[in-house]
Amino acid sequence: MPVAESGSAKTSPQMPPVTSPRLNHLRLLEAESIHILREVASEFERPVMLYSIGKDSSVMLRLAQKAFFPGPIPFPLLHIDTGFKFAKMLTFRDEMARQVGAELLVWRNEPAIAAGTNPIALDTKRCCGLLKTQALLDALRHYNFDAAFGGARRDEEKSRAKERIYSFRDGAGQWDPKNQRPELWNLYNARIHPGESIRVFPLSNWTEMDVWQYIHEEKIPVVDLYFAKERPMYVRPMGAGQEALLPIEQDFVARPGEKPQMVKSRLRSLGCSPCTGAIRSDADTLPAIIAELIGFHSSERANRVIDHDQEGSMEIKKREGYF
Amino acid sequence: MATVATPAFSIEEFLLAERGKDLLRFSTAGSVDDGKSTLIGRLLYDTQSVYEDQVKSIEGKGTTAPGQIDFALLTDGLRAEREQGITIDVAYRYFSTARRKFIIADTPGHEQYTRNMATGASTADAAIVLIDASKGVQIQSRRHAYIASLLRVRHVLVAVNKMDLIGYDESTFRAIETEFRAILDQIATDTGSPVEAHFVPVSALKGDNVVHATGAMPWYTGPSLLQLLEALPSALDTRSSPFRFPVQRVLRPDHTFRGFAGQIASGTVRRGDEIAVFPSGRTAKVERIVTFDGEPDEVTAPLSVTLVLDREVDISRGDLIAGVGAAPVVASSVKASLVWMDQRPLDVNRRYMLKHTSHTVPAFVSLIDHRVDLGALKHEPALTLRMNDIGAVSLHLLRPIAVDLYRENRGTGALILIDPETNATVAAGMVTAAQGKTVASEEDEAGAWGHVTSGEREARRGHRGGVLELAGPTELIDAVERSLFAIGAVTCRINAGERATLQHLGLLDAVTDLQTQSGLLTLVARTGDDGALTASAGGFDITLDAENRMHAVAAVHQLLQRAGIFIASEGADL
Repeated sequence: MPVAESGSAKTSPQMPPVTSPRLNHLRLLEAESIHILREVASEFERPVMLYSIGKDSSVMLRLAQKAFFPGPIPFPLLHIDTGFKFAKMLTFRDEMARQVGAELLVWRNEPAIAAGTNPIALDTKRCCGLLKTQALLDALRHYNFDAAFGGARRDEEKSRAKERIYSFRDGAGQWDPKNQRPELWNLYNARIHPGESIRVFPLSNWTEMDVWQYIHEEKIPVVDLYFAKERPMYVRPMGAGQEALLPIEQDFVARPGEKPQMVKSRLRSLGCSPCTGAIRSDADTLPAIIAELIGFHSSERANRVIDHDQEGSMEIKKREGYF
Repeated sequence: MATVATPAFSIEEFLLAERGKDLLRFSTAGSVDDGKSTLIGRLLYDTQSVYEDQVKSIEGKGTTAPGQIDFALLTDGLRAEREQGITIDVAYRYFSTARRKFIIADTPGHEQYTRNMATGASTADAAIVLIDASKGVQIQSRRHAYIASLLRVRHVLVAVNKMDLIGYDESTFRAIETEFRAILDQIATDTGSPVEAHFVPVSALKGDNVVHATGAMPWYTGPSLLQLLEALPSALDTRSSPFRFPVQRVLRPDHTFRGFAGQIASGTVRRGDEIAVFPSGRTAKVERIVTFDGEPDEVTAPLSVTLVLDREVDISRGDLIAGVGAAPVVASSVKASLVWMDQRPLDVNRRYMLKHTSHTVPAFVSLIDHRVDLGALKHEPALTLRMNDIGAVSLHLLRPIAVDLYRENRGTGALILIDPETNATVAAGMVTAAQGKTVASEEDEAGAWGHVTSGEREARRGHRGGVLELAGPTELIDAVERSLFAIGAVTCRINAGERATLQHLGLLDAVTDLQTQSGLLTLVARTGDDGALTASAGGFDITLDAENRMHAVAAVHQLLQRAGIFIASEGADL
């Protein structure tokens, strides 16, 4: 969906009217998320929104517009650019920031990028460590942010099911799953010591289905890589009848002898191009994506190479400071 | 990977149906062995809410027979838990049926994790309490039911699990039901908040009566657990309750717009409604209800909106906008039930930060009325509350706030206490009584800026100013000073040498008078080693055996009470 077509959606005729006698689940989730966004903006000195360009970030950005309307979003957006994001994502990012009128900060771990860090040269774990986790920690420290919004949801992965909405990080940005504060009602404890920070997850209670339905109902623009199209891909057999579809963005991804093929495909989640596999799909509209989701038998992160490194790998990354 | 291609399926119809779906939150708790994780795993699996790759990642692991899926592994998240085989924290799960989206707060039932149960129950509309049919009613089930009732979870679904182990025997089920109903009545008497209980015989392992009735128990003709969950009313529906809107933020993008942003805690507001702002009590009318999606005439809880009023009223974050009519109480002392959640026990008279709606005020516990013995369901006197204790306390706030009773309003009757040193959330509180005025008085206004009164000092410290003369061994004087410090008394010690100097200058009385006026407890200490401690205050004298330190310290505290320096606990001004 091109940005220009639906960017200035101020009204959403398809949502039930606000006076609807029975509030539906999307309205209830929206109300909760807006409350969280306002709490953080009011209780922290330097909040920032991690903007990763994906569908969850797109929803989070819309919620931020709603939370402070008719005022501007009172914090900047921060994108951690690994250098391996799809080119289309970056164009989309800049366009969205311009439309929303938010300040956009981009941070790259330049020394690591200059040193040729990539997931083939290193393993995916070390590559993520340098280009994502390290870059994120550096950026938060550089700007002295004390609260960072992220679009993570609890339904994504098992260790995220226990994540708080306000997730505390020590001075080194690390997460201690045994030392989390209890979170009751909607009373969030925002007190931190100097040097500590929190990550905030306003979409904690949303599922992948909720996110797509909300994007549909609200006409929120998303990167067109989510929609099925004939695209050149490396088709790599993975054994047991499985295959991986690797987008052609970086030269080093190809193995000797691999030739791109045109495959009608789409991306289910947007990460770095070398580590995000596409799926074969005909879903070229939002309802078609939602229909496809109903029939899915694997979770959305299954095509993210990074989560399979080792048992519980997401938890390990989180302890180290990854979102 | 394939798309759904059944001819009857229409995505348009599906999306239309989704728009009518609401949301129900429920909590589960259970001890390690009563099959809670299996029950949730079963709910998720039978409603097709788990993906194949998640099932694949646990197949062949776990403790069930070969070929069977250990459903518990679907929900056990963290590595430590997987290693220990127990869940140790609150985990949230999501699933959806054609009628509803569900959020499960899945909490461990082990004794030391009462705090997690309370956390899970705080946002729940319903609670599933598990009872192992082969073991009968255990303390965990009782505790969970108590916490559900205390946190005002209206519907309790009692899942009598492992029916397969007792041959699906009806009489055992009925006996458990009778016993537990009596316990629930007892709990309701204690918490003042009755629950509606629904009993279902289930086998999570076999799947009986979790999602579907399987025919294993023809004598049970009631609904399955899921059918009950689909039919329960959602507690979020507070449309007809009094309007409550805690202000989170004042939005002032330019000089023409001034709006108050917040989430409606309860009730309904319409354009043109008269409202009152608390604690000031000033009134105005709602001129506009502003949202990104337009300006509706009427909105209800729990929507997040922005209100514009028809006149300039001084409102800031933390104020409460309420409908005229049923007004909240503006109080600086409240009684509350507390669930203590920190390793460090409650310190009476120590300063905590109290967060309530969108504001935080310093507060201290002046008195512990009682602690609840969850096993015997009895009240017992207590000097402190420890991790996972539940008790009733009196709280003093250093600034008045507008509150409702928790049983009348979950949003404006709930609070948390934060330790200002560690920043830990140490307690969850539910307001059970609040006496005050309906609006802040001139006196409170002065309280915000005016001079500090002796009453305020006493309220904070729990004692008045005075002089305590001590003569005896230094170690014992130290012990008395230490014990006073430990309970938060503000003391000033004048030792023999200083005393002589001040006396010589004629200043001793002047100094102690000043300190007494300032609310300090002055210890005038003289070292002696005749094996006894003499203490005098307010005209009372005692002589104590220095050998028995514990006894001596306790006797000095009693003396201070008799001398009127320590404020008698019954006199705490509620």
